[in-house]
Amino acid sequence: MRPFLYSRADGLDHAVQLAREGARPIAGGTNLLDLMKLQIEAPERLVDINRLPLGGIEPDGEGVRIGALVSNSACAADERIRRDYPVLSRAILAGATFQLRNKATTAGNLCQRTRCYYFYNIDTPCNKRRPGSGCSAIGGFNRIHAILGTSDACIATYPGDMAVALAALNAQVEITTAQGRKRHVPVRGFHRLPGDTPEKDNVLEPGDMITAVALPPPAGGRQIYRKVRERSSYAFALVSIAAVVRMEGGKIAAASLAFGGLAHKPWHDPRIDELLAGAMPSDALADKAADLLLEGAQGYGDNDFKIPLARRALKAVLREATGDAA
Amino acid sequence: MTRLLTMDAPDERNRLDAMAQGVIGKPLDRPDGPAKTTGTAKYAAEYNIPGCVEGVLVTAAISKGRVASIDDSSVMSMPGVIAVIADERMTARSAQGGAGKSPVRQIDRVEYWGQPVALVVAESFEQARDAAKHLRIEYQADEDAIVDQHDADAPVEPYGDPVVQGDLGHVMKQAAFAVDVTYTTECHNSAPMEPHASIAEWDGDKLTVHTSLQMIKYNVKEMADALGLSTEKVRLLSPYVGGGFGSKLGVSVEGAAAAVAAIKLKRPVRVVLLRQQVFQCVMRRSETTQRLRLAADKDGRLIGFGHEAKVSNLPDEDFAEPVTQASEFLYPGKNRTLRVDLARIHLVTAGSVRAPGEAVGMQCLESAMDELANQIGIDPVELRLRNIPERHPSKDIPYSSRKLAECLRDGAKRFGWSADRKPAQLRDGEWWIGTGMATACRVHNLNEAQARVTLRADGTAEVASDMTDIGTGTYAVLSQIAGEMLGLDIKDVSVKLGDSNFPPGAGSGGSWGAPSTGSAVFVACEAIRAELAKRLGCTETELTLRDGFATAGNRRVALTDVLSGDHFEEVGHFKAGKITDAFSAAMYGAFFAEVGVNAYTGEVRVRRFQGTFGFGRPLNAKTATSQCMGGMVWGIGSALTEDLVFDKRNGHIVNPDLAEYHLPVNLDVPKLDVVLLDERDPAASPLQAKGVGELGICGAAGAICNAIYHASGVRVRSYPITPDKVLAELPEP
Amino acid sequence: MPLTINGTERTFDGDPRTTLLDYLRRDCNLTGTKKGCDHGQCGACTVLINGQRINSCLTLAVMHDGDAITTIEGLGDPQNMHPLQAAFVRHDGYQCGYCTPGQICSAKAMLDEAALGWPSFVTPDITGEVRLTRDEIAERMSGNLCRCGAYSNIVDAIVEIMEAQR
Repeated sequence: MRPFLYSRADGLDHAVQLAREGARPIAGGTNLLDLMKLQIEAPERLVDINRLPLGGIEPDGEGVRIGALVSNSACAADERIRRDYPVLSRAILAGATFQLRNKATTAGNLCQRTRCYYFYNIDTPCNKRRPGSGCSAIGGFNRIHAILGTSDACIATYPGDMAVALAALNAQVEITTAQGRKRHVPVRGFHRLPGDTPEKDNVLEPGDMITAVALPPPAGGRQIYRKVRERSSYAFALVSIAAVVRMEGGKIAAASLAFGGLAHKPWHDPRIDELLAGAMPSDALADKAADLLLEGAQGYGDNDFKIPLARRALKAVLREATGDAA
Repeated sequence: MTRLLTMDAPDERNRLDAMAQGVIGKPLDRPDGPAKTTGTAKYAAEYNIPGCVEGVLVTAAISKGRVASIDDSSVMSMPGVIAVIADERMTARSAQGGAGKSPVRQIDRVEYWGQPVALVVAESFEQARDAAKHLRIEYQADEDAIVDQHDADAPVEPYGDPVVQGDLGHVMKQAAFAVDVTYTTECHNSAPMEPHASIAEWDGDKLTVHTSLQMIKYNVKEMADALGLSTEKVRLLSPYVGGGFGSKLGVSVEGAAAAVAAIKLKRPVRVVLLRQQVFQCVMRRSETTQRLRLAADKDGRLIGFGHEAKVSNLPDEDFAEPVTQASEFLYPGKNRTLRVDLARIHLVTAGSVRAPGEAVGMQCLESAMDELANQIGIDPVELRLRNIPERHPSKDIPYSSRKLAECLRDGAKRFGWSADRKPAQLRDGEWWIGTGMATACRVHNLNEAQARVTLRADGTAEVASDMTDIGTGTYAVLSQIAGEMLGLDIKDVSVKLGDSNFPPGAGSGGSWGAPSTGSAVFVACEAIRAELAKRLGCTETELTLRDGFATAGNRRVALTDVLSGDHFEEVGHFKAGKITDAFSAAMYGAFFAEVGVNAYTGEVRVRRFQGTFGFGRPLNAKTATSQCMGGMVWGIGSALTEDLVFDKRNGHIVNPDLAEYHLPVNLDVPKLDVVLLDERDPAASPLQAKGVGELGICGAAGAICNAIYHASGVRVRSYPITPDKVLAELPEP
Repeated sequence: MPLTINGTERTFDGDPRTTLLDYLRRDCNLTGTKKGCDHGQCGACTVLINGQRINSCLTLAVMHDGDAITTIEGLGDPQNMHPLQAAFVRHDGYQCGYCTPGQICSAKAMLDEAALGWPSFVTPDITGEVRLTRDEIAERMSGNLCRCGAYSNIVDAIVEIMEAQR
């Protein structure tokens, strides 16, 4: 780690002020410290926000507001979340381990950086880590990389699980700006595609702080989080799917699907939700949905398998979500 | 006094079974358990030595070339930095197991990506690690580094003497049944949970190193040779080793670096490898390409047997993964071709990783055997039973005790094995369910060993050897051997290990630690028994020792009275003599696995895993069972997840951490069922015992591969069997 | 405000880069907590903070004043082992011993989490009660790698203690 100045924020205003001056907020630290040890991140100043009053899971109209500092564990174990937003609980529980989830926070998890092997190796070129240096994953080993929304500059994926569920639930990220104003960004628009600026993971501007995530009213229906990985636990997704599907009279009344492991962001394609709404479930329908999902998919060699894998996983999820047996 | 036993013939006396204490073989708790479970057992990096400073190695970011310059000034002004050291005594690689001499030093000549090129020393770890990242190094890179064994330009040489008997090519054409398949395995890392670590202290004359190594008697020589010291000036201490699995057989790169720094700075220096460095600059298990040719007659008896492998290593390393080691004797077939080819490439040193040879050789052989059974249409258990040779197929020597048939039959029964081998028949929801089996086999090794046993005047005993316990149970089994021979409760036997001041044991490697060092303890105890017998006026065989009492004829005397203030100290010295060439000795077993293969995603989960093993006398049924279980967990990793990936463009390790190099986690492992057969092997050791530290992995992954085929109809010949490979052949769900 | 480690109050005033793990091992001489990877990928450094298990390698010592930290040394000693420590010995739930303190701290917190009704990834009905099956225990212990492969025995040891607690 590079030396840094450590200070503890004694209030949100203080934190925002320090952030505006360039300080990096640290909460759980499970991702940031990992990266700092490897000097992938080297902030000169850390502001510890752990003691700010940003915890708590509270009713918010008909929805729920999850404080930025709520730990992943607390969120997954919360009774309302388990009852009304089970896909969120399940997605969180699919990620990392109990130890890590006890420290990791809602805001931190949204900001989790990619696990691209080359991003993690400071001796190799990486446009995300060192803009303009090149992408080593293209032409390198890219088993875990993206097949959707990639660019010539970057094929990294967003590695998290929680945000995939939040995208399916159409949650909003509450951000306090450097000027102290609040703005809301849908999770579906929070993460970016890499384009030619892959160093920017999301839409946060310098000095912005995530203060909460707001969930809309419960969508009901059957909620599934499917995570495909070779190791049965403690591994990032090869492909993951968050699905919220409500059935009525044998038909799909409403559906919302989001995908992890495929892109630089949790992938949500509204055309899939529209296709499914009002349709009779069938394998043919699942194939049509997969066609839409994979329309622009491009493999890079080692990750070619994600294209058939995503299709098959989608089929499994739709069968489970719409079948009687599930 | 030293008593030497050279084993030239089977030891039919079976002395241990004639003893009375009744502790040998019992599933006793490890004496080191309370220290380990309470965190009070101290590992190499954990000694609190006043004035100790911290070193972090700097590793090369090229695959081949020279270090043109190191700019010390780039870090010397950083807070806390004490020194940048790049010294000709530092080692560029780990020593191979049993080398007994320094590995390649020349740290300024880079032969692989990740090779140490310098050490940065600072007052604190954070300062040292930061400075290590900032040290400016200029390289002169060679552009011709070959980093892929499949590269057409990679030089390839035969390793050892191939076995060629009869005409395999001919019988492959004539045989009623023939399988000719090629399997591949990828590189593995030992990944012990304790990273390699050394704290070196130099008093101006002598060097003391707290370190984490498996074979101290060789390590002392390796360290002394690297540093240009005589062995008397080097003391190594490894009482607890946080896992080794081959990666700590020889001195590793941090040891000499810490020693050089301590000598130069006249301060104690601690160097612990970063986890990434454990991957980058210790040892890998070579990737293998294995062609298996099996020819059988109409009854399923092998008439032709071919196992040809290609592996890799750095130029001028002596080691090649001995892939065909068990293939030399496990199955018959008059027409035989066995060979290992070695490609010379610039990747980190290939060396011993748990069960070198059989770990990857057996899993491919046993998968090919399954393919043969399927082709013939017989039960794969039956195929194995029909192919147990009477004598070594090449050397024409007898086998020592061999419980293979019993393992196969008992294991099949216990598992509930079904001979119906039609694939893709059983579905449980999304999961295809199937079973598979494989033979376990690992060659028996012995090594010269010494151990000192002291029977103290108070009737307690101490065993001392530089032998190590790397989790294998050495503390337990040596206390049980001494307790049995001397008639003592094991609470009255203390075992001291891992100190080069003690007599040289066998070291932990090749599964030889317990049978070899245990035999040295046995020999020392026999000598003590003879002394006791002399005092009691009887022969050693007439003497019964139990619970601290000696009985001879009608006399029962407390040991303390026999000793009457004296103590006996004997060094037992064991050597394997002609016995090793007189018999083909090995450990055997059978694996039975049930897996689920997800019909949609190709994910594989092991649902049941059974192993039945025969390896001579189990010295402690509890620790031996654990060793077998551990091997089976490695089998799961080898079958499904472990894949050390090198970038084909420049040979750097793509996944040098535990997030992306996937060791099995707890949920990957079902409740394991391990059965140990009671066996005595007089040709194996005076203990009638063989080794068990590696047997559990040898073939384990093959059972899983075969179960995947039975479950889903997909035969993957490329390990690890990850979802992408299964998916490629899986039918529509 | 001081932090409390195994009941003893301490004040941290070192380099802010110091992880809690290094602080425990170097400054407090509590070497029972192990460094296996230093990146939150193995679980050997698991300790309890205010009763919750965390990876001590991925948090800074400077962030923990006011917190109560329990390490393996705080659970028991060789003469007076915690029931979990004794069960690990009986079931041979370890081999080399290096991951063991982390496993035991993790197991302690895991039983407490289950008692609070926290679900896991393998819980069939996350709104229902938690029943600690072998699979549940294995999933909840999957944050602690054991290269020796003692997993099956680790689960056995935990099952014994869980049943004794009932």
